Amino acid sequence: MSTAGPLLQVEKLSKHYSVGSRGLFRRSGGTIRAVDDVSFHLRVGETLGLVGESGCGKTTTARSILHLVQPTGGTVRFEGEDILPVFAAGARPDVLRIRSRLQYVFQDPTLALNPRWTIGETLREPLRIHWPGRRDQWEARIAELLGLVGLEPQHAWRYPHEFSGGQRQRVGIARALAVEPRLLILDEPVSSLDISVRAQILNLLVSLQQRLGLGYLYISHDLASVRFVSSHVAVMYLGKLVEMAEVDAIFARPRHHYTRALLSAIPVPDPDSTQPRIALQGEVPSALRRPAGCPFHPRCPAARTVCREVEPRLEEDEFGHRLACHNPA
Amino acid sequence: MPSIPVSASSPPLLRAEGLVVHFHTRDGVVRAVDGVDFEVGRGETLGIVGESGSGKTISSLALLRLVPPPARIEAGRVLFEGEDLLALPETAMTRVRGRRISMIFQNPATSLNPILSVGAQLSEILVWHGMATKREAPERIAELLRLVGLTDPAARLRQYPHELSGGMRQRVGIARALLCDPSLVLADEPTTALDVTIQAQILDLLAELRARLGMSMVLVTHDMGVVARMADRITVMYAGRVCESGSARTIFHSPQHPYTRALLDSMPRLDRSYRSGGRQLLPAIAGRPPGLLNPPAGCRFAARCPEATAECRRVLPVQVAVGPDHMVACLRRGSQGMAA
Ligand SMILES: Nc1ncnc2c1ncn2[C@@H]1O[C@H](COP(=O)(O)OP(=O)(O)OP(=O)(O)O)[C@@H](O)[C@H]1O
Ligand SMILES: Nc1ncnc2c1ncn2[C@@H]1O[C@H](COP(=O)(O)OP(=O)(O)OP(=O)(O)O)[C@@H](O)[C@H]1O
Ligand code: SF4
Ligand code: SF4
Ligand SMILES: [Mg+2]
Ligand SMILES: [Mg+2]
Repeated sequence: MSTAGPLLQVEKLSKHYSVGSRGLFRRSGGTIRAVDDVSFHLRVGETLGLVGESGCGKTTTARSILHLVQPTGGTVRFEGEDILPVFAAGARPDVLRIRSRLQYVFQDPTLALNPRWTIGETLREPLRIHWPGRRDQWEARIAELLGLVGLEPQHAWRYPHEFSGGQRQRVGIARALAVEPRLLILDEPVSSLDISVRAQILNLLVSLQQRLGLGYLYISHDLASVRFVSSHVAVMYLGKLVEMAEVDAIFARPRHHYTRALLSAIPVPDPDSTQPRIALQGEVPSALRRPAGCPFHPRCPAARTVCREVEPRLEEDEFGHRLACHNPA
Repeated sequence: MPSIPVSASSPPLLRAEGLVVHFHTRDGVVRAVDGVDFEVGRGETLGIVGESGSGKTISSLALLRLVPPPARIEAGRVLFEGEDLLALPETAMTRVRGRRISMIFQNPATSLNPILSVGAQLSEILVWHGMATKREAPERIAELLRLVGLTDPAARLRQYPHELSGGMRQRVGIARALLCDPSLVLADEPTTALDVTIQAQILDLLAELRARLGMSMVLVTHDMGVVARMADRITVMYAGRVCESGSARTIFHSPQHPYTRALLDSMPRLDRSYRSGGRQLLPAIAGRPPGLLNPPAGCRFAARCPEATAECRRVLPVQVAVGPDHMVACLRRGSQGMAA
């Protein structure tokens, strides 16, 4: 399956916010380059894990792909089609055609579900919108969806408050799957769940992918879960992609100094761990004051003079490992 | 009363016995903490782990009698430096809180007073506890701010919490907890709100301070990685009860309780490939923790436990020693039961 053409092709995607002289950033008007010149591909059956610390632009990348915010620049091809102009033109049938194949699962299942709708009504909504001509199939599809995510048919008559967080997240996934999408964008889908329930949802995502051949863009802070679900991983820092490779290459042989520091900062569940740690000085700089040159240079243990002056380009080696660094490990 | 092995060398700094905290709600009694025992040795870090709602925070607040209404401490003893804190008059408790036992909170943004400068709020605490006069305070505070790794302490004294980053605020929160040289610090998810690279800095700082100052710590967290890094001993909670306690090594390398084992097995790991040799799934625990409004009789884990028997649904297991410094509450590991 992974030999098929790209499902999603993101090219030079950017989203910049200008922050004026009023409000929060009063003293320092300027531009936040929340997403800056980001490019990647995702094939059918693959999962791209998108990681990086708070504010690095993961959610903005997802929302730009879906045109939930208007990108400043770049193109997004989904199943070969240039979709941003379609969203921008806003013709309902075209937008629906794409949205039905490209779905978004929100972080917090509680906020994402209408509390006054039963689970059945919640699942019927996308069918009403996208499958108006297949009314006779709706009820069967709802039962099938509940089964797919490990819920019971009678759950269709219940309300969100009667469910646990894990069950609500299952409903969120069922709704996203309702009209047979090809790609799910999952933004922190397990962060709000109890630890003993996370494994159930992670397993569910992997089995659904195997059965339905879906692609996932999986956004998370939790790098252990990223290692589990992803086939590829992209690392962002201050709006830029700094490294991208196959999952085991990223975790076993990270080459960008930020990736190495990020991975080594995560405490492993073993009291005898001798995992070497790369202590980073300082904090992530404000997105408003992104350092010149390599954005990571003020914190990088391997920085050279060139790093302060020249921004490294994201380049690909013969194994498909992409890296933006003048002096990689 | 369940028995806790008294360590041969010295008595623990703090020992909680039979803690019971219930919330009296309109719907009924929520048994948030229901017979919990643990102890903290001198100079030791005890990690209390467990998933959301298992009673970690309420247990640690109970040590200082700070449980929020409608919760009430129903039973138990908290033996600390020779006294039962649950039996002290309230005036004596105010001299324990913030001075002999202090707290570091999860969210430094809400636990610091937004309208006071860093210097003013720390000074207030020092003066209130009679640890320094208003004149002496700034010097002591500047010294502590330096100790927690804040540069330019004199300038920090005049800053307000919102002018600091999350990591800097948590450093101030730690400095505040250390003001009066406490013998015990309670840290509830002190790094959960922080990014991982900042979390690593704060954990390094806590480890270094502990070694330097010899204080004891109770570290409450749901992150098994954090507890593996920081704790000498670990208490695992599930649905308001303790399942297992022991040295960090014992808990991670030879856990006995079925919940501890299942939990450790079910977590994805950073240091393991899930793709080499075919796609692997996680050994997940089915179901979810029980509600505490009407918790099931018997073992709280019975509905999800692969080893459960009919007896487990009837009898509540209490902790017994299964090895040196290793206690387990499981009927299939020799626990005595308490008739429900
Ligand atoms: N509407 C907006 N106006 C101005 N700046 C914004 C806006 N939305 C996001 N940003 C900024 O864009 C940057 C990226 O934010 P984004 O939410 O994409 O980060 P993230 O990687 O998803 O973070 P987290 O892990 O915390 O969810 C941040 O610096 C954020 O402050
Ligand atoms: N205001 C309240 N009313 C009723 N029950 C409550 C209330 N606050 C807490 N509880 C109960 O107390 C139990 C223990 O809560 P506690 O905050 O100690 O959990 P925790 O282990 O610290 O969880 P977390 O990891 O989410 O912080 C919860 O299961 C909850 O049912
Ligand atoms: S480009 Fe230079 S500063 Fe940036 S990560 Fe590489 S070595 Fe470090
Ligand atoms: S007492 Fe029974 S149900 Fe509880 S953990 Fe032990 S075997 Fe499982
Ligand atoms: Mg986000
Ligand atoms: Mg808590």
